Amino acid sequence: MSPARSLASERPSEGSALAHDMPLRPPSLTGTVAALLRKELLVELRTLGSVPSMSLFAMSTFVIFHFALNRNSVDGDLAAGILWVTLLFAAILGVNRLFVADADQGGFDAFLLAPVDRSAMFFAKVLTLLAYLLVFELIAVPAFGLLLLGPSLSAAMPELLLILLLGDLGVAVIGTLVGALAVHTRARDLLGALLALPLFVPIVIGGARASSPLLALNHHAGSSGRWLATLGLYDLVFGLIAYAVFDFLLED
Amino acid sequence: MYGKGLRTLSFATVASFFLALGLVFFYAPLEAEQGFLQKIFYLHVPLAIVALCGFVAGGIMAIMHLRTRDQRWDMRSYVAIHMSLIFGVGTLITGSIWAKGSWGHWWVWSEPTLVSFLIVFLLYAIYQPLRFSIEDSERQSRYASVFAIVAGAFVPLNFLAVRLSTEYLHPRVLGSSSNLPPKMRLTFLVCLAAIALLYITLCKFEMTAKHTRSQVRALRRALSGEASRLGRSAVPTLDQAPGRAAGMGTGTPSASVASSGAPAMGRPGV
Repeated sequence: MSPARSLASERPSEGSALAHDMPLRPPSLTGTVAALLRKELLVELRTLGSVPSMSLFAMSTFVIFHFALNRNSVDGDLAAGILWVTLLFAAILGVNRLFVADADQGGFDAFLLAPVDRSAMFFAKVLTLLAYLLVFELIAVPAFGLLLLGPSLSAAMPELLLILLLGDLGVAVIGTLVGALAVHTRARDLLGALLALPLFVPIVIGGARASSPLLALNHHAGSSGRWLATLGLYDLVFGLIAYAVFDFLLED
Repeated sequence: MYGKGLRTLSFATVASFFLALGLVFFYAPLEAEQGFLQKIFYLHVPLAIVALCGFVAGGIMAIMHLRTRDQRWDMRSYVAIHMSLIFGVGTLITGSIWAKGSWGHWWVWSEPTLVSFLIVFLLYAIYQPLRFSIEDSERQSRYASVFAIVAGAFVPLNFLAVRLSTEYLHPRVLGSSSNLPPKMRLTFLVCLAAIALLYITLCKFEMTAKHTRSQVRALRRALSGEASRLGRSAVPTLDQAPGRAAGMGTGTPSASVASSGAPAMGRPGV
């Protein structure tokens, strides 16, 4: 569906007739994605608009959980729940900001004018959000280990990383779709969160169930394969759906 | 085209409802454990099935809308999801009553079908706010279609995930119609058919009403000479689509006749 409609496929015939000296080869998808990703990360580095706020939000949430639950340390189910709830709520902050600059400052228009495949925007935004989440978790997860978690974080580590990565991938895919859907609405922050939360439920199920035995006091690993498979499958299916429908959000 | 067959459909719905109720109360045997309470199963499960099918159908219609760009598909998708939401409220209420009756709690987390239904319902509850907060009507229908497709695909995924997450604490006696005794099964199937007919009839009524209202609005607008749209609405607009006016039946000719200078009929109400 997308290649037929993309500008990139129409470009060669038109380009060869128009220009003589300029090599008007349509940019490759990976090249476009890399350029867009570079732009996004550069903007984030210069404005520091998302990742620091997400990290601060997560820290404050841990503090709030400490007082709300009146517990000095948590483990098992409770720890996994607090970790995933905090991560997802913080992710929503990033999701809400993901497309705001493009919508308000003409980024969409500029992108649509460029003779590139529109799916590039989808891939670039997914990778951007994934990068945000990974950097954010570099701060938030150790902070969780420090502030709230009873058992040591390093015991859970190799498996927990995999679970977090799979969860992040799903959050990135869903977040990109939801962000693009919500950014042109009037109540964008509100709708973004309301749309994202139900779609995050399977990620919470998979992520929390998989990580709760890892965060338990008597640590036992090896039973999380089923949940990892659930997470992976959800990521895959939702990635395909989002890829298929994303182009329709960019038309104007 | 819109109102055709509505009368027959309505009569068929009413007749099938009487048949279904008769079967439920006089034909189907009382369930040994739950007794009379189990009768709510004949309302609850068909409501849920029809609502979910309606959600998925709304997604399929949204695919048709994105493929053909025909506003009528958007309207169908909108009506299907709207009606499914109403049926969804019915499902949640009847499910809650059933849970209270048989397990003593208004809500049980161990029943995966009910829980996943709630999640799906919460997702679809955003459909109309989403539509309402997009100003441009073309973008509104396009975004709504994208939402409907994503949410339609989410329905089975979510059911799978929630079912995986739940250990089966309660034996699933009445989960599917396959293990029902034949009398109950027949009653259940008739009820399902009656509820499905009700859904189709209500959808058709809503579609007809929306179509009529948009035609009346177009006429009023033509009479009063106002070109602007009346307020914002979450309802798909059929009369606004440029280049599609010729296909809209009686709306255009009479509107063009009427626009020759008749005084305004009054405020175009909403």
